[in-house]
Amino acid sequence: MTNSKIIDQLKKTQILELLKEGKRVDGRLFDEVRELTIDVGVIPKAEGSARVRLGDTEVVSGVKVQPERPFPDTGDQGMLICTAEILPIAHPSAETGPPQPPVIELARVTDRGIRESKMLDMKQLVLEKDKSVIGIFCDNAVTDHDGNLFDACSYATTAAINSCKIPKYEMKDDKPVKIENEFITPPITTLPVSVTMAKIDEYIIVDPNLDEWSIMDSRITITTNSDGNVVALQKGGSGGFTQDELVKCAEISVKVGSKIREIIKESSSGAN
Amino acid sequence: MGGRDTDIVLLDENGIRSDGRKINETRKVSIKAGVLKNANGSAYIEFGENKILVGVYGPRDVHPKHLSDTDTGILRCRYHMTPFSVGERKNPAPSRREIEISKVIKEALEPAVMLKQFPRTAVDVYMEVLQADGGTRCAALTGASVALADAGIPMRDLVAGCAAGKAADTVILDVNNEEDQAGQADLPIGYMPNLEKITLLQLDGVLTPDEYKKCIEIGIDGCKQVYEIQKKALQEKYFSTGENKQ
Repeated sequence: MTNSKIIDQLKKTQILELLKEGKRVDGRLFDEVRELTIDVGVIPKAEGSARVRLGDTEVVSGVKVQPERPFPDTGDQGMLICTAEILPIAHPSAETGPPQPPVIELARVTDRGIRESKMLDMKQLVLEKDKSVIGIFCDNAVTDHDGNLFDACSYATTAAINSCKIPKYEMKDDKPVKIENEFITPPITTLPVSVTMAKIDEYIIVDPNLDEWSIMDSRITITTNSDGNVVALQKGGSGGFTQDELVKCAEISVKVGSKIREIIKESSSGAN
Repeated sequence: MGGRDTDIVLLDENGIRSDGRKINETRKVSIKAGVLKNANGSAYIEFGENKILVGVYGPRDVHPKHLSDTDTGILRCRYHMTPFSVGERKNPAPSRREIEISKVIKEALEPAVMLKQFPRTAVDVYMEVLQADGGTRCAALTGASVALADAGIPMRDLVAGCAAGKAADTVILDVNNEEDQAGQADLPIGYMPNLEKITLLQLDGVLTPDEYKKCIEIGIDGCKQVYEIQKKALQEKYFSTGENKQ
């Protein structure tokens, strides 16, 4: 759990030796995701919620729904905002205070996956054009950090939104009024799922844990939708990928992502 | 991708785009190296209507000190948009978007620069977007590598940037602002042509696996074209004595 550079270097040597033999530190296959459990509806006060455990990484995601004044240029669409933060309980290195660039990146990549996939048909979330729309706010709280927060936040967000209940509103005297105990089904069009891969030397491994995360050369997060199309992508870390590797990574993401999508579907069918 | 409704015809029946380009054509790129007096290295790049000024300082002392590394020099990057660079005034404080772009550009340049020989120092790269018109991160990255080379920082390769994308159901090269707003996908690429490594890659928008492959392919091609212009800019500064040898 220490961040010492020397220990990381030793770790890297050992992890690389194992990779050369086709093994990973925790015994997984190169394209094997850690055990994933998703519980939805864990926060009853939130309109949608999910607790995701990906190995020892844990994220709690909550969806709040409330009427908002739309942005001037998108008055014909609902509002969607996804965020992520690493709570100070998640890791000794996590600190309070304004978010640092890696956390900003995490939040933006999480948001992009949902937004660009057009998971929600935002046109259906308008109460009155240019005046009032439904805002969907999905906030992720990382409570335990064991690597690959990108995917944990992606699954938590998708599961939370997929299982959320949107209260029904009507316009009265130009103001949105909530109708008690009436809900609309969220206009879900697709389930975006990200798959993050780490590149260590020449090896590409899926869902890196914190040991692998701390010594990887570069990473790539590829989000796919239910049709198996690529909807968002983010490369990170101080290394590069070849063209062939990128094509291979996209294939892995589609394949692994489809399995995860089933787990997300299962989690929300159990709750309702 | 906004996918916003627009009156602009993104691609006409002859395969010509809103700004008169063909689908696999980049905008006009011009780069000048060594444009600032005080900076150790600098570059000015015009990438279509984008106008970006890059200054490089260092290797120099690291402030705050605790960021310094005893094993290697560190690279720090700041991508910043001036308030007057866009249609509606931009708040001059760094936005979350700018912080993220600074980070991905830094990680795109790191594989190229060799800072091991400058331990306990920092190389600071400041990219100031004076006018933005879509694809600023690629343009800033392109200018930053020229400025780093101009500063004499040892490098394994230059990093060239160019985006590919999709608009009007067609895969296109070098997405401009209109195509970014109303198009379907934007995939910025940073590429080291000699090492054949992609060091910056992002995507927003929907692409089928085939379109994704095609985008990377033409994006790399665009980066190679940009690379030639980067080389020319450096040759012009350092080897121009009237006749310009290739």
